[in-house]
Amino acid sequence: MRKASFKGGIHPHGYKELTSGKAAVPAHVPDRVYIPLSQHIGAPCSALVLAGDKVKKGQKIGEGKGFVTAPIHASVSGTVAGIELKEHPGGSFVPCVVIENDGKDEWAETVKPNKAPAGLDSQELRKIIFEAGIVGMGGATFPSHVKYSPVEGKKAEVVILNGIECEPYLTSDHRLMVEKPERIVAGLRYIMRSVCCGRGIIAVEDNKMDAVSLLEKAVAGEGGITVQVLKEKYPQGSEKQLIYACTGKQVPVGGLPLDVGVIVNNVGTAVAVAEAVEYGIPLIERYVTLSGSGISEPANYLVRIGTLFKDLIDQSGGYAGEIEKIIAGGLMMGKTVFSDEVPVVKGSSGIVIIRDEAKRKFKEVNCVRCAKCVDACPIFLEPTTLVKLAKLRAWDEAEQLNVTSCIECGSCVYGCPAHIPLVQYIRRVKQAVLAAKAKDKK
Amino acid sequence: MLAAVISLGVMGAAFGVILGIASKKFAVQIDPKVQEILSALPGANCGSCGFPGCEGFAEGVVGGETKPSACSPGGQSLYEKIAAILGTEVSDYEERKVAQRLCQGGIGQSRMLYRYEGIEDCHAAFAAFKGPKACNYGCIRLGSCVKVCPFGAIESGADGLPVVDYYKCTGCNKCVEECPQNIFRLVGITHLANVRCVNTDKGKDAKNACSVACIKCKLCEKNCPEDAVHVVPYGTGTVAVIDYEKCTNCGICATKCPTKAIDIIPPISEEVILKSEEHASAGCQRCEVCQ
Repeated sequence: MRKASFKGGIHPHGYKELTSGKAAVPAHVPDRVYIPLSQHIGAPCSALVLAGDKVKKGQKIGEGKGFVTAPIHASVSGTVAGIELKEHPGGSFVPCVVIENDGKDEWAETVKPNKAPAGLDSQELRKIIFEAGIVGMGGATFPSHVKYSPVEGKKAEVVILNGIECEPYLTSDHRLMVEKPERIVAGLRYIMRSVCCGRGIIAVEDNKMDAVSLLEKAVAGEGGITVQVLKEKYPQGSEKQLIYACTGKQVPVGGLPLDVGVIVNNVGTAVAVAEAVEYGIPLIERYVTLSGSGISEPANYLVRIGTLFKDLIDQSGGYAGEIEKIIAGGLMMGKTVFSDEVPVVKGSSGIVIIRDEAKRKFKEVNCVRCAKCVDACPIFLEPTTLVKLAKLRAWDEAEQLNVTSCIECGSCVYGCPAHIPLVQYIRRVKQAVLAAKAKDKK
Repeated sequence: MLAAVISLGVMGAAFGVILGIASKKFAVQIDPKVQEILSALPGANCGSCGFPGCEGFAEGVVGGETKPSACSPGGQSLYEKIAAILGTEVSDYEERKVAQRLCQGGIGQSRMLYRYEGIEDCHAAFAAFKGPKACNYGCIRLGSCVKVCPFGAIESGADGLPVVDYYKCTGCNKCVEECPQNIFRLVGITHLANVRCVNTDKGKDAKNACSVACIKCKLCEKNCPEDAVHVVPYGTGTVAVIDYEKCTNCGICATKCPTKAIDIIPPISEEVILKSEEHASAGCQRCEVCQ
């Protein structure tokens, strides 16, 4: 049978063999953790602790106002050293709660197993998920309880668990699927119950067949859940492309997956949900891949939130030669950070370190109109036209060409023979369009 | 041959009559004042008045929707002209304003956090940790203001910082709106002393990031004979700000400032100010072709 996929996209080299066979090891818990007070989309948290306070593992230390937010918990037990401004992998400076680890790893009293997780209704489940601070762990970090909340007139028919991991180098989701298939299925059950829908799909690409066989074993006997194998292609892990590949439905421009009755979640989120619902454990650790040409021993780690990149790099034997850049996230969509003193956050799926090599230095030249970017664009935009409009600062025309739909996947840049940083130009246009809209609202 | 001449001639005459009637019947009424004002305006379509182009502004003035002084590039001579066309009084004299860059952190002054590679646009660099400089408030030096200036009054200087040509600058506000760090301010052309720093961090942190930062030492405040400069709350912290109503351009603050964050620009000669006003009144757009 021909495996399903989406239209457009590219086939970058995966480099997954560096870490895909390595089991995730618990990373050394550092003496100091830096927990940013904003690790999600929505209202940032304000700290609930002061310098000198004793905190325990799993204790709530930050809380935000409003509905679209997620609380933040201590990932170690110890003493709060203060609140410091620190670099955030998202490209900004964010206040962080600094905790001196006392090494005891004592759990907070609030963390206790749930006696009857099977009897919880959807509202209770959403409350537990919110209290545990669970956000989308694929990288977008959208608060999960918001995603599961019912919207009038729209009904979720299927929950898709995203185990695609199409980014080069990253294998954290792969390892999770190999190591904890039962927890993923259990988490999916709770998510399906919290959105009141009876069908679940776990989508995996055909480069992870070992995970597929384990997941298939785990779902055997579970009604309503299937494992779907998709053809390897980038950016299949993007929500809208994944929905098309799995169901053949297209999310309308400016719409949400719920418009076509779908909810998409990362496999990591499902595991976090299962941990929270059954054992009451908030989101304080995650799988992180540390890979790339600039690291001595690429590996997968189970990392406490707030661990600095530097600590992980030291554990992997340090840098391999002169490095060019450290990318927080995947090679294609991750953001470059200028220092290794950046904490791991809820959305950090990987750290990619690239060695400094002269052959990769390119200069932008004029567009040759080959339209490779148009063929590659998975949402059927014309990146070359948008770049032209960006250079002319013609924001209105670009908006008419749906520039705000761009998912910034970088497929257009990948094949560009003129080495034009198309995504950067398009991001600039999006920024200008959104700024103009905000101004109009005022 | 003859048939062709006659038939074309008849057709021409017939169409001529139809067009003549149509032009009378469907004539669009244009206020002659709009045309007169339009020819007096600078004609750069800069949009600083808030209207889409100079024609929109001319209609707005005639319709009473806006004041002549909304056209900042025009200057006093334009307001007088418009007043003459409309037959109204000239409003109070308004000093010509020019853009002042409130940052001196050029190459060598500011500590760099990282090397930026990417498109030449300040907003793009701003998205990555507020630009490559250690100072989170200062000029990013990628020239978005240079590109946006409709009068070509801003150029990138040798130290990477944009340099404003006070002769060409019309105070249209475009650069003020464009700058992601908000380091441009419109200041009257006769005001010469400026605090060229908007870093609101504590003195030590500011100094650590940039050698010409305002360190909030308050020496300017203590030494000002006119009580015109104060370290005041600004954004998320404090910074020295000059009250232009009180400032007399004495320059004491500039000599006392230990980091030279305050500077005093050489006075722009009366001649230049007069010349620019004169040229504006002659419809000059300061393109410098004549020079």
